Amino acid sequence: MLHLVLFSVFGLICVAGAVNLLVQKHPINSALSLVVVMASLAVEYLLLGAEFVAAVQVIVYAGAIMVLFVFVIMLLNAGEEEHTSGSTVAWLLGIPGLLTGAVLICWAVLRYSGGGGVTIGALPGHPKDIAQLLFHEFLLPFEVTSILVLIAIMGAVVLAARPEAVQESKRES
Amino acid sequence: MSITFFIIVSVIKIVLVIFVLLTAVAYTVWLERKVVGRMQNRWGPTRVGPFGLLQPAADGIKFLFKEDLTPPHVYKPLYIAAPMLAVIFAITSIAVIPFGNTVTILGHEIPLQITDVNIGLLVVLGITSLGVYGVALSGWSSNSKYSLLGGLRASAQMVSYEIALGLSLVGVLILAGTFSLRGIVEAQAGHFGPWIPNWFIFKGGQIVAFFIYLTAAYAETNRIPFDLPEAETELVAGYHTEYSAMKFAMFFMAEYSNMITVACLASLLFLGGWSGPVFGPDILQAILPVFWFALRIFVFLFIYIWVRGTLPRFRYDQLMAFGWKFLLPVAIANLVITALVVALK
Repeated sequence: MLHLVLFSVFGLICVAGAVNLLVQKHPINSALSLVVVMASLAVEYLLLGAEFVAAVQVIVYAGAIMVLFVFVIMLLNAGEEEHTSGSTVAWLLGIPGLLTGAVLICWAVLRYSGGGGVTIGALPGHPKDIAQLLFHEFLLPFEVTSILVLIAIMGAVVLAARPEAVQESKRES
Repeated sequence: MSITFFIIVSVIKIVLVIFVLLTAVAYTVWLERKVVGRMQNRWGPTRVGPFGLLQPAADGIKFLFKEDLTPPHVYKPLYIAAPMLAVIFAITSIAVIPFGNTVTILGHEIPLQITDVNIGLLVVLGITSLGVYGVALSGWSSNSKYSLLGGLRASAQMVSYEIALGLSLVGVLILAGTFSLRGIVEAQAGHFGPWIPNWFIFKGGQIVAFFIYLTAAYAETNRIPFDLPEAETELVAGYHTEYSAMKFAMFFMAEYSNMITVACLASLLFLGGWSGPVFGPDILQAILPVFWFALRIFVFLFIYIWVRGTLPRFRYDQLMAFGWKFLLPVAIANLVITALVVALK
């Protein structure tokens, strides 16, 4: 019972954070709303018994990625955005599209999850279980993902490195 | 254990731990002023109480009654929230730190720890990684160039050194096979050879990881020689330039309780936690482990102050080069070697 109450409360906080993210005019407020969304998602994972995923969610998303977002906003000193009322087409197509999407997701979840609640500990949440899954059953996808990430990092370095800076460092060495 | 008993015990533990933590924070400030004073051939605080021992209380009262000045043009919601965030994240991480064995009171086994979770170490890392928001947001919301530069430096530095810090701990995790801080301490029980204790700093050759951890942790807590976010020769006081009274004191409290968390983690992960000679009657047997743990923390805090009194500050490019080009590769090498040794055994 208490779990259900907590789950609903943090679900509401999560949605409220997401809405606030869109409504806020200043980028730093939006970024902080996203931190709230990430943190309440972590609590939801925790309530489902997936403590490892919850901890990683906080460390990676709230603690690293969002810090970089905030860092960039601070560095660029981004000001407030101007809000427009949006185009008519977006209103006409967007709201029905949003509703359809939401109904579809709800229907799919209710149809295929069986509608029953998940008891705590029913899903693998212990670090050992996750390691077993990650390094035995899904070893190949895991390694392929790591190579993909490596390629992305190298691409970022290549794009960000200024040619003259590279030449200078070559001359120095 | 009934639920009411559990709640009562938990509340007592939480109140006690926070009281001890905040007292320790206050007296670490006193210790720092005293020790640095002696290193610079002066006395440090001597006027308030014997040896200046009441100085923290006097400082606290002064902070409470000073005018709380809010400069114009600050972004108020974040300006007020930032010190709170800093101090909340700094104090919360103590919740999963164990500081002794279990004791038996009224026939109940009570672990000396607020709560034991099986991802304890990750919880500490997660909460401390959120601590950067306090510093970054205070720097940005103050609307001052010194604060902004301090905040930027802090976030860049903390994100960079977090990687080396995290990697240095993986070796310990491989050897212990658990994230639970209590489990990690239990994995270090006993000794090998004639008398060398099974601490991870000796066993499994984690001494390299230990020094990487300490160095990265100094950077994470913004202490000399990594205190560029508040470098007073260039940035006045860095991210907390525009803060006064209790808001300033909150940043101070956050910094010192982060230092204590670092000391706790270093003792738990590398130095066997609370292990040490235990003897005598029951009451002494319950207290001695806590004493040994506190002794380790004291030593770490003393080293913090010692380093502060000894080393000059890094230049910013040196700081970044040191973190990325030296600490990170050494941490990765240590991790690979540890993993190979454990796998081949």
